[in-house]
Amino acid sequence: MVEEENIRVVRCGGSELNFRRAVFSADSKYIFCVSGDFVKVYSTVTEECVHILHGHRNLVTGIQLNPNNHLQLYSCSLDGTIKLWDYIDGILIKTFIVGCKLHALFTVAQAEDSVFAIVNKEKPDIFQLVSVKLPKSSSQEVEAKELSFVLDYINQSPKCVAFGNEVNFVLLVFCFVPKISFLKKRNFFFTPRFTLSSSRNKKHAKNNFTCVACHPTEDCIASGHMDGKIRLWRNFYDDKKYTYTCLHWHHDMVMDLAFSVTGTSLLSGGRESVLVEWRDATEKNKEFLPRLGATIEHISVSPAGDLFCTSHSDNKIIIIHRNLEASAVIQGLVKDRSIFTGLMIDPRTKALVLNGKPGHLQFYSLQSDKQLYNLDIIQQEYISDYGLIQIELTKAAFGCFGNWLATVEQRQEKETELELQMKLWMYNKKTQGFILNTKINMPHEDCITALCFCNAEKSEQPTLVTASKDGYFKVWILTDDSDIYKKAVGWTCDFVGSYHKYQATNCCFSEDGSLLAVSFEEIVTIWDSVTWELKCTFCQRAGKIRHLCFGRLTCSKYLLGATENGILCCWNLLSCALEWNAKLNVRVMEPDPNSENIAAISQSSMGSDLFVFKPSEPRPLYIQKGISREEVQWGVFVPRDVPESFTSEAYQWLNRSQFYFLTKSQSLLTFSTKSPEEKLTPTSKQLLAEESLPTTPFYFILGKHRQHQDEKLNETLENELVQLPLTENIPAVGELLHTPAHVLPSAAFLCSMFVNSLLLSKETKSAKEIPEDVDMEEEKESEDSDEENDFIEKVQDTNNTGLGEDIIHQLSKSEEKELRKFRKIDYSWIAAL
Amino acid sequence: MGEFKVHRVRFFNYVPSGIRCVAYNNQSNRLAVSRTDGTVEVYNLSANYFQEKFFPGHESRATEALCWAEGQRLFSAGLNGEIMEYDLQALNIKYAVDAFGGPIWSMAASPSGSQLLVGCEDGSVKLFQITPDKIQFERNFDRQKSRILSLSWHPSGTHIAAGSIDYISVFDVKSGSAVHKMIVDRQYMGVSKRKCIVWGVAFLSDGTVISVDSAGKVQFWDSATGTLVNSHLIANADVQSIAVAEQEDSFVVGTAEGTVFHFQLVPVTSNSSEKQWVRTKPFQHHTHDVRTVAHSPTALISGGTDTHLVIRPLMEKVEVKNYDAALRKITFPHRRLISCSKKRQLLLFQFAHHLELWRLGSTVATGKNGDTLPLSKNADHLLHLKTKGPENIICSCISPCGSWIAYSTVSRFFLYRLNYEHDNISLKRVSKMPPFLRSALQILFSEDSTKLFVASNQGALHIVQLSGGSFKHLHAFQPQSGTVEAMCLLAVSSDGNWLAASGTSAGVHVYNVKQLKLHCTVPAYNFPVTAMAIAPNTNNLVIAHSDQQVFEYSIPDKQYTDWSRTVQKQGFHHLWLQRDTPITHISFHPKRPMHILLHDAYMFCIIDKSLPLPNDRTLLYNPFPPTNESDVVRRRTAHAFKISKIYKPLLFMDLLDERTLVAVERPLDDIIAQLPPPIKKKKFGT
Repeated sequence: MVEEENIRVVRCGGSELNFRRAVFSADSKYIFCVSGDFVKVYSTVTEECVHILHGHRNLVTGIQLNPNNHLQLYSCSLDGTIKLWDYIDGILIKTFIVGCKLHALFTVAQAEDSVFAIVNKEKPDIFQLVSVKLPKSSSQEVEAKELSFVLDYINQSPKCVAFGNEVNFVLLVFCFVPKISFLKKRNFFFTPRFTLSSSRNKKHAKNNFTCVACHPTEDCIASGHMDGKIRLWRNFYDDKKYTYTCLHWHHDMVMDLAFSVTGTSLLSGGRESVLVEWRDATEKNKEFLPRLGATIEHISVSPAGDLFCTSHSDNKIIIIHRNLEASAVIQGLVKDRSIFTGLMIDPRTKALVLNGKPGHLQFYSLQSDKQLYNLDIIQQEYISDYGLIQIELTKAAFGCFGNWLATVEQRQEKETELELQMKLWMYNKKTQGFILNTKINMPHEDCITALCFCNAEKSEQPTLVTASKDGYFKVWILTDDSDIYKKAVGWTCDFVGSYHKYQATNCCFSEDGSLLAVSFEEIVTIWDSVTWELKCTFCQRAGKIRHLCFGRLTCSKYLLGATENGILCCWNLLSCALEWNAKLNVRVMEPDPNSENIAAISQSSMGSDLFVFKPSEPRPLYIQKGISREEVQWGVFVPRDVPESFTSEAYQWLNRSQFYFLTKSQSLLTFSTKSPEEKLTPTSKQLLAEESLPTTPFYFILGKHRQHQDEKLNETLENELVQLPLTENIPAVGELLHTPAHVLPSAAFLCSMFVNSLLLSKETKSAKEIPEDVDMEEEKESEDSDEENDFIEKVQDTNNTGLGEDIIHQLSKSEEKELRKFRKIDYSWIAAL
Repeated sequence: MGEFKVHRVRFFNYVPSGIRCVAYNNQSNRLAVSRTDGTVEVYNLSANYFQEKFFPGHESRATEALCWAEGQRLFSAGLNGEIMEYDLQALNIKYAVDAFGGPIWSMAASPSGSQLLVGCEDGSVKLFQITPDKIQFERNFDRQKSRILSLSWHPSGTHIAAGSIDYISVFDVKSGSAVHKMIVDRQYMGVSKRKCIVWGVAFLSDGTVISVDSAGKVQFWDSATGTLVNSHLIANADVQSIAVAEQEDSFVVGTAEGTVFHFQLVPVTSNSSEKQWVRTKPFQHHTHDVRTVAHSPTALISGGTDTHLVIRPLMEKVEVKNYDAALRKITFPHRRLISCSKKRQLLLFQFAHHLELWRLGSTVATGKNGDTLPLSKNADHLLHLKTKGPENIICSCISPCGSWIAYSTVSRFFLYRLNYEHDNISLKRVSKMPPFLRSALQILFSEDSTKLFVASNQGALHIVQLSGGSFKHLHAFQPQSGTVEAMCLLAVSSDGNWLAASGTSAGVHVYNVKQLKLHCTVPAYNFPVTAMAIAPNTNNLVIAHSDQQVFEYSIPDKQYTDWSRTVQKQGFHHLWLQRDTPITHISFHPKRPMHILLHDAYMFCIIDKSLPLPNDRTLLYNPFPPTNESDVVRRRTAHAFKISKIYKPLLFMDLLDERTLVAVERPLDDIIAQLPPPIKKKKFGT
């Protein structure tokens, strides 16, 4: 967005995995899904992200395997390009520039050099299905402007387009009207064969089409409808004799349909979060996989036929075995609900914590862009239905270095009927999770507006303060709750404070825990946290206080308050006077826990602006205008594990912590200073793929299991003099196996080198050091795996040097160089393709 | 149109009996339907699904199978072990032959129509040869262990498939031995049921046998190898019936849940010749078991315990979208079950085995148009007359004066004299019936109750003089030489001079009762007569046909009246012609000679001959012209047909006097309430 400057706003994960149908690789080892501007490659076994295919400059809207080479993947994007990837190595092979927005992509095996895409060219809401001829060319970037038009006025969603077996026909659906276009080889002609009258059954007129699928071998079309019915159409060549069967189980709209590879069963899913398998397309013979957690948005089937996967509205992909057993879950940041709790950082895992699934808190790892776990707070079965008023998790806070978690849930059906519950969770070291300690029903008479722990290091007793609209703030302390049966601790109310019956809106402890600031509408009150005496009040008459926070470290004598009227005030606690104020419509105000800095995000008609300042001086350290076009709802500072050392004054605030913020449309953004080249992570993650290698003879050569065996051997047979060479550490072997087979020189040429490498060398190296090195490297690299909008294609170089450093020499240098030369040659050959 | 006081009668507690079998005859496009009480009805599908003929039931004769053979001969077989042939001309049973195999469960005519096969309780399959006037036992096939519930011929006539309990046998017709025995899976949704009854089989020309069974399965077997090819589980309850189209490209099955499923033979892909059977559309027109189905070239026909006969046209087979393409539900018989004594305000209800006599209630209250008046005196159930013997009542009548009741079964004719003394009624049977009055198809009293007209099943019409308590046979009109066609509709003029009689196919004959001779014959018309009546004073005969045409024929002039000619020239309104049910009763207003009152099951109509006829652009059903409009507007919008749809299903409607109507309704809900409970199905959201 601000390309010239060094600090840029970058999207950091959390993008939708469920935007389009996921695609399986031909051997079902990998699953591909679109994720914002990237394509992610996951292992279906380990659920780990193997590659992120960077390259598109806008939202990726479709992915398909190359039908002529199943090791390649096509992707299309709103940036108007179709890219061809080698997904095993994560390399971009080719870019086809189409030049108009592409909304979906379809490939068919029969049309060798062309793919189908949904584009909108002229008007923004008219979508066309076109066939794009992909020219054969050796250059990296090819113009593919040869579009042949197939159909007009179609639905934008790729779910409404399906290709029939052997591409005899394309089925399209435009709201009510299904159209079948029969494609003859190479020259297309179009005949709308039958139309369904919308008022076929007037009683239940909700029979709009939602999705279609074609039988892989037979001339049979399945269509899903708004009323939950699935219709199987046959004999559709004849306008009159066409016939259909109805399958009805879903009570709400059918979201997606997929036939199994052989066509013997049909899979359907919808809002019920149940995957239904219709065997032999009969109504009586159906199987269910229930309780999938959220609405099924997409269903896809692996080409090998052994796996299915469902994409869910809570940003989750479930990989399901043919026998309808869920085998793996790929969970991204849950985003389909509004965030009440704000962004928090779990002090233990450094994970981002926020509302997740209904009734859950999700712990999301920013580093690896995946969900760590869900904590069920409400602990009730979620019934998804329109019009039901659910229990909402409204507030949460961590205290005592992650030992305690306080949550507040509420449900308000009518003005007077408020159900409120506060729960306190204790971290259990043994189970490594939070366990419910205290449950308080109706802690206040009205909604709780703020919740904070006293996080001072010296505090001997955990203390929690809640502020509520009922005009009170309550102090809760941990007390001994032991009885004759067991030792226990529990939370009880220690103090109730109020100020002239004003609504308490915010509360905040000073850094050392000695003072508590509670804002009552326009007035800020300062309380002594030992005696719970009112020390002083501040009133600026500038509107209700929206945010309140104490300064940190050297600035701990300042208290900051942001009001609704757009005034930011800073009070000096020593002089009890206003130090400075500024006109700033603050939406988010977050103190950095590791420095004095405070970040404030203001909202204006143009967008959101970021201001970073120290409470001691009214002049901001850093200003960035236009960080986002939409409203920023929440922000948080995340401490860095390894501090950066920016010398420039403007960036010093990013040294210790990183600032993340969440916009209204729930995109998680952060600031990054690194250039895109630097940010690129070497493809060390390839190692992850190796873990999922099957036990083949190659695996035994590469295999890690050998290591364990060897360790055992070493332990038991310490006297034995001959130590077996560890094949995985031999670079020659490694490179041999890592280089794709089709680019290797002849086996005879490599043989001597390979055999040489297996000979014992005179150097004796400890076997254990090496993998550790690799691991550490890996960790470091994965730390900053924030995704970038840009992509520079220099993976090989970093890759090679990275590997080169790791190599522990057992070969002569010349041999090694020779081998590496081959690799370089090979890659350039690929590039020339 | 005038205002009437209407007796809205809902105490006719009539429940039609359930349908057991249907048999479709392709040659004549007729459908034979048998009911659980043994009644057999013949519907003419070409004549707007009119119930042309009916054969009264018999308590001991539960029909289990019905089939057409050798063109248009109708056979039935039942649990009494007899095979019967029906005489479709004289409307009686030609003969009954005992098959000597215990109760007969199934029957099938060979594709050539010359042989008849029955499956019996003792497991035997018997082959009969059909001779021109009888059937002749030919031989037995290999005897099976349990009863044969279903039979089907291979279209070539060389093999048959027989469904039994737990297995299906394939017989070779030449040798009479079982070629294959195909065991049916007893499993029902994973639970093993005690027995699996093969309710129906169908043998296709490619050798496939389709079976339907009590486990809810439709299964396809290869008869050459005796192996199961495909199985469709379609219901949680029994699948009870199957019928295959003649082209063998579709078939229909009916289940005990009331659903009818259509299966079609559909090509697998467009460019391959391979075809597969696919279950396509389910139809839920029944609430109870679908005991039987039939497949006509253009429609699926089903019937079951809920007494409806449902005809569901196949949209893809219907060429033009006319009213043939509409779904038909036939519930009530197309004949009169009610007669009325105008003088004493009595209603006689005819049931299968008894008659009920009711006196209508009365009121002294008055009210506005549309008001419900409170009864000052409730309707009285005066008489409950049970028949003797197992036979069903064919017809019944009460005289207009209310002092005579006549009814007839297949073998006997009964005449009763009623005496009213204040509130007491005494009943006296008139004994010594003459031998020729054994059975009647229709009975009618003259307006002054002095004459009784009886149409006997030999085709003769008898006139009987009634006076005091005595009884005297006056004359018999013998049928035209050579024909034995039975007359089933009678009409008499109010002066008693003219008698009109109509048979099932030939025209209407008008007799002069005074001179005791045939007066004239109304020109024949293609469609059967559903109702007729002779207008008082003018002696015009009004005839309604099953294609919804209405004619008026002047008896004295022996020609159609001018009004009738005008109507024919202009044609009826298209909505009038699209009505489902035939007109079953015609009557006249004594003071308004221009009015004809007629009704079918769903409407009541007064035709005012003085008003212009409606054309296709005018609204046919305009219930009440707005009263605030001026007379000019009302006159302009008014047309000859005044239709009221308030009362439905309407079984009978007649004018008691100038200002009083009686309407007998039978709400369908009341019938369903008297049926056994249907199979309970869980409905989502309940």
